[in-house]
Amino acid sequence: MLRLIARRVAQMLLIMATVSLILFAIFDSDQFRKRVAISELGGFGVATLSEQDYQNWLENKGLNAPFLLRYGEWLGKLAQGDFGRSLEKNVEVSTLLSERLFNTGVLAFSVLLIMVPVSLLLGVLAGMDEGSLLDRIISIGAVISTSIPQIATAVLLTVVLALGLGWVPAKSAMVDGFNFRQLALPLLTLLIYDIGYVVRMTRASMAEVMTSHYIRTAVLKGLPYWRVIMTHALRNALIVPFTLIFLQLNWLLSEVVVVEVFFQYAGFGRMLFDAAVYGDIAVVQAATLVAVGVAVFSQLMSDIVYMVLNPRVRFA
Amino acid sequence: MTTALDPTSASSVRSLAPSSTGSRIILLLLLIYVPLAAYVMFGPQIGALKHYVLIPAIPAVLLLYGMAVRAWRDSTIAVIGATLVFFWLLIAVSAPYLPILDPNKPIAPYALPGAVKNGVTFLLGSDLRGRDMLSRTLWGCQRVLVWGITATSIAYVVGATFGLVAGYLGGWWDEILSFICNVLLSFPVMVLFILILNYLGQSGFNIVVAVTISSAPAIMRIVRGLTLDMRTRDYIFAAQTRGEHPLWIMMVELLPNARGPLIVDACLRLGYTTVAITTLTFLGLGLQPPDPDWGLMIKEAATAALVWKFTYMLVIPSIAVSSLILGFNLMADGLRELSLKD
Repeated sequence: MLRLIARRVAQMLLIMATVSLILFAIFDSDQFRKRVAISELGGFGVATLSEQDYQNWLENKGLNAPFLLRYGEWLGKLAQGDFGRSLEKNVEVSTLLSERLFNTGVLAFSVLLIMVPVSLLLGVLAGMDEGSLLDRIISIGAVISTSIPQIATAVLLTVVLALGLGWVPAKSAMVDGFNFRQLALPLLTLLIYDIGYVVRMTRASMAEVMTSHYIRTAVLKGLPYWRVIMTHALRNALIVPFTLIFLQLNWLLSEVVVVEVFFQYAGFGRMLFDAAVYGDIAVVQAATLVAVGVAVFSQLMSDIVYMVLNPRVRFA
Repeated sequence: MTTALDPTSASSVRSLAPSSTGSRIILLLLLIYVPLAAYVMFGPQIGALKHYVLIPAIPAVLLLYGMAVRAWRDSTIAVIGATLVFFWLLIAVSAPYLPILDPNKPIAPYALPGAVKNGVTFLLGSDLRGRDMLSRTLWGCQRVLVWGITATSIAYVVGATFGLVAGYLGGWWDEILSFICNVLLSFPVMVLFILILNYLGQSGFNIVVAVTISSAPAIMRIVRGLTLDMRTRDYIFAAQTRGEHPLWIMMVELLPNARGPLIVDACLRLGYTTVAITTLTFLGLGLQPPDPDWGLMIKEAATAALVWKFTYMLVIPSIAVSSLILGFNLMADGLRELSLKD
């Protein structure tokens, strides 16, 4: 198993290296160089610049140096944890990044804390007895909750809970410190889709296990039903959902963008979006690298968990 | 010797029947898609033709709906899903001929649903610029459907081609293509979208590029898996022995046999693409105003309509987009159920 993990890690490192090269190449294009110029000198300043002056400006900034040299320099700075400065907010990117990642971390951790027990329970209950009334109800609920896009969930929840009933504030900017009531709407929005998705996967996995021969044997041996479920079915049925939960991290990083923009929550997703719209390249670059890092790490974790939980893979 | 017992003739009849329905379905799909795409994407170029181009698509939608209901009558879920999807398709092709107001004409702002203002009845109210919500909602499905279907189909062409090559040819092809696919899959989807649309600029065509880059790797993985499973079958060895070209084997022998799981996946993916287009438009990275679009309607109302009285501006497009996605998902679920029954 160690060799398998080592191979996975090596592959991940190769992917990270490729991604960083692609990222650097994208942000090194003429289009983005012009954007840096516009953010530094202003749109009017760039428009009045002659071609020669523009080239001189690039020369001064060191943006004209050979590609590999600049890539090496960028990597070197990166290794020291130096992501550069944000043009828009005029702070160190690393400070901004850690602050925003913490906020998103709070959100993501709360999502996982509620999502994991709720969706595993519902999924197991539905998959235990395929075709029963309980299964039908849970399955229909899950299909509907996975069909409503986050943006629509966000709208409907705001309308009902904030504007209609007035229970929670409509926006979650948290200008004066952390406020749990403001966390409610973004949290619920993320939960509704996520629970539906994991419930469906857990149900499918559980239903498949319930049709297997060893469950039939256990039932025919006369074991009590709950013991068949607890000791025979769950262990195998939960392997796939557990690996999925790790992959949810990757998914969350994508979904927080729209949720955070809608509710004005000061997290990682909104930082990435604002920076992309403004043309704040240092921030976009750092945020993308972090996002890919998290994604790659979560895929690795999911693979390792799968290997640990599934003896057929472990001893293969 | 064409008795019912003759195995060769029976199998040839069976293989003929679905392929002729298949070509009829493809013809109908093209009859719907081509006018719709011409209308939405190349509106200015086709000029006066714009007034008539959608007419043949209307009977095509109805006919296809009838065929779908007949074929899927064993699965209630699939029929419900198809009904939702075909409802919006019908609206998309008939929108210009429906007796509704001009979706881009400001008449009376902030009219509540059912209100009569300036001599016009607003069944679903009007938005903050005074445009009729009903006609904007109905027109809104056109662009989502056209761009969604275009993006998903192109992603499928790219993903399936690479998947077939990686799975059937194997070796270095597989190593390189799988690595590229792993690199692309390691980006969170929304991050990839923001990067690409930020780089290329905001338009429908760039959404197609972004969706292709983000979903082709996943499609490639599925097709590759199916191909790996099929390439050791006898009929592939037979084709190889006949000396068929690898390209021919991939396109004619392998791809049609992989269509079952791919159709289910395509329905799901159409749903994802619809979500992506709506979300990107809401973020201002996708389709541009003034033409109506659900994501755009939510975006415009999200800042101006945060009062209980005016929330219909947010709720109506949200329900519309959810119903379309629900339709795609139910269709996928129903088709999976049907394929397991056989």
